[in-house]
Amino acid sequence: MSKVWLIIKREYLTRVRNKTFILSTILLPLFFIGFIAASTYLSIKGDDKHTIAVNDQAGIFKTSFKSDKSITYKFPPDVNANNFKEKGYSALLNIPLTFDSPQDSITLISDKTLGFSTEDKIKDQINIAIKNRAFLQKNIDKKILDSINDLDEEKLYNFKPVIKKGNTTLKANSGLAYGIGFGSGMLIYITLFIYGAAVMRGVMEEKMNRIAEVIISSVKPFQLMAGKIIGIAAVGLTQLLIWFVLIIALSAALSSFISHDVLQQAQSANTAMGPSANNTAALSFLTAKNTFAQANWALIIPCFLFYFIGGYLFYAALFAAIGSVVNEDPQEAQSLMLPITMPIILSFVIMMSAATKPDTPIAVWASIIPFSSPIVMMARIPSGGVPFWQLALSMVSLVAGFILTTMLAAKIYRTGILLYGKKVTLREMSKWLFRKS
Amino acid sequence: MNIIELHNLKKYYKTQKAVDDISFSIQQGSIFGLLGPNGAGKTTLLRMITGIFYPDSGEINFQGKKFDAANDIYKIGYMPEERGLYKKMKIGEQALYLAQLKGLSRQDAMKKIKEWFVKFEMQSWWNKKVEDLSKGMSQKLQFVITVLHEPPLLILDEPFSGLDPVNSNLIKDEIFNLAKKGTTIIFSTHRMEQVEEICDHIVLVNKGKKILDGSVKQIKQDCKENLFRIGFEQLPTNFDSTGFEVIHEESNSLVVKIKEGYKPASVLNTFLKHNAGIISFNEILPSLNDIFIKKVNDTEATRQFQKV
Repeated sequence: MSKVWLIIKREYLTRVRNKTFILSTILLPLFFIGFIAASTYLSIKGDDKHTIAVNDQAGIFKTSFKSDKSITYKFPPDVNANNFKEKGYSALLNIPLTFDSPQDSITLISDKTLGFSTEDKIKDQINIAIKNRAFLQKNIDKKILDSINDLDEEKLYNFKPVIKKGNTTLKANSGLAYGIGFGSGMLIYITLFIYGAAVMRGVMEEKMNRIAEVIISSVKPFQLMAGKIIGIAAVGLTQLLIWFVLIIALSAALSSFISHDVLQQAQSANTAMGPSANNTAALSFLTAKNTFAQANWALIIPCFLFYFIGGYLFYAALFAAIGSVVNEDPQEAQSLMLPITMPIILSFVIMMSAATKPDTPIAVWASIIPFSSPIVMMARIPSGGVPFWQLALSMVSLVAGFILTTMLAAKIYRTGILLYGKKVTLREMSKWLFRKS
Repeated sequence: MNIIELHNLKKYYKTQKAVDDISFSIQQGSIFGLLGPNGAGKTTLLRMITGIFYPDSGEINFQGKKFDAANDIYKIGYMPEERGLYKKMKIGEQALYLAQLKGLSRQDAMKKIKEWFVKFEMQSWWNKKVEDLSKGMSQKLQFVITVLHEPPLLILDEPFSGLDPVNSNLIKDEIFNLAKKGTTIIFSTHRMEQVEEICDHIVLVNKGKKILDGSVKQIKQDCKENLFRIGFEQLPTNFDSTGFEVIHEESNSLVVKIKEGYKPASVLNTFLKHNAGIISFNEILPSLNDIFIKKVNDTEATRQFQKV
């Protein structure tokens, strides 16, 4: 046992002291934050500004079209498909007298696509105009129509989805569940590859440096493999812990930065004259923080750790076995890895649908079978709808699964690590599995 | 007393009888040469002795008891032919790590590493990485790592390859030193002149079988062909050559093969009768190199793949 401990210690220390570990630990969260910031910025900044010339032959839209921040509608008299660009319009909306047949349709002419959201906004304006005309034709008073159109749905009712389980009721938040589920599934997916590949490279290094033979003359091959796998798992957990601390520290820093005063100011400003950009950001951060606090972290965090470690252990031994049979040629590793990477990628695909629809049969089964359970189950748990038996079955089969893969992989590893200069096929590896020691 | 005894060891691979019924024993404190051409089964044999492989059948006794790989591997130091070290790990740490894997405590390991590093003038290497070392330097390091835990049995596979004469001698002296202190050394090589210089006892294997076993002296005696070199002041002519046969004529000596039933003295007498001016008379013993080549050729040099 002390031998395995020595190996774990070496694997852990050499990796943690490495510059790439420190860099990747700090850069990955920065990359994520940058990614989120960039996408938020893009969505806030919105679309390009468009000025659209409307040729309204029907004459019913002029009064109804409303310009907004990104789209300005103009009704110039002498604009056609040939000259709208020269006159400074980004598109020409041509509305004929009748437009309900394929021959006579409303056409939007531009020299490049305007994008989904712009097209949708234009369609919305057309819909409203046509509906209004229909109402007016049915002799509805214009004043009444305007007052109905001005109703703000958000203030008319309050909507509150609730999850009820036994005597406890929880506020349901599908968006949050989706976010956490997708995020943790994604994180497990990425780390499986990162740390799995680290195990494989470590084994290949030992084989190619020929140090494997020196070490195996003092410890058992299984001890060497186990030490490496556990050592790298410890590295992964360390990295996770650092990220966790970083997130807590960052959000604590942000909350204290957005002091209570700013908050009050923001709230009063909000009612009076509309929030300034700065205050909106502060508010949305606080809302996000409050929303996050609603998630069932007491379940999610232990489950995440379990599936993180379980999934890693399930695949790490297989990666070690692959590393042990590879000779000098890295290409060989690529093709041998395929049977391992396929189920991981497939799990990721299932996970993406399971995050939105956690209870489809494929999501349920994929979250129980150990090949995919680490990634898929984590997408289902935050929704709160996973029955206890499914969770228990999934965990038990994952533990049984990693014991099995480790045993099988050890058989391949033991032979492969001392075998040089020979290309090993998958079929040969499967023969080693069924050979007795 | 024998430190290790091999009884009818067998290890078959899919297409090869790598080790096919080999038995021999090695005396405590001797320097033992395990010889054989490439692919003869030496490495497989050594891997069984070091507990890396289990034999298919047969038995190994170590220090009088049945070989127990789990405990006995700490009493063995093994330097494989292909040198292996972590390239990116610092040399001091690496030596410490490998010594601890061999069962030394951290303090003991540290003390011994320092002693050896001083002895081999490697003190300045501690914080260097293996990738910074030349081939010869890493060879020295590998030797130190192998002997650090003072194993009673030391197995060296081609320990001098890549070493210059100065470092070769350094390690050779160390091998003699260890043997004097009672360490048994198994020495595996193709370099016969080194074997002749170092080994007390040798075993020659080929195609998985043992074809020679004995002390270097004894084997030379057994393989000798009754050849003698007689040096003259002037080469004699017209002599009676019953009882011997001239194999080879040199500028002022003859190489003769004495026939069965005749003694060297009778050959000398023949020449003395002729009044030939004899200045020397030596027996020519075959070199190990000759014996090796002859024996291996007798059994086919290279292995063919075969069904087992």
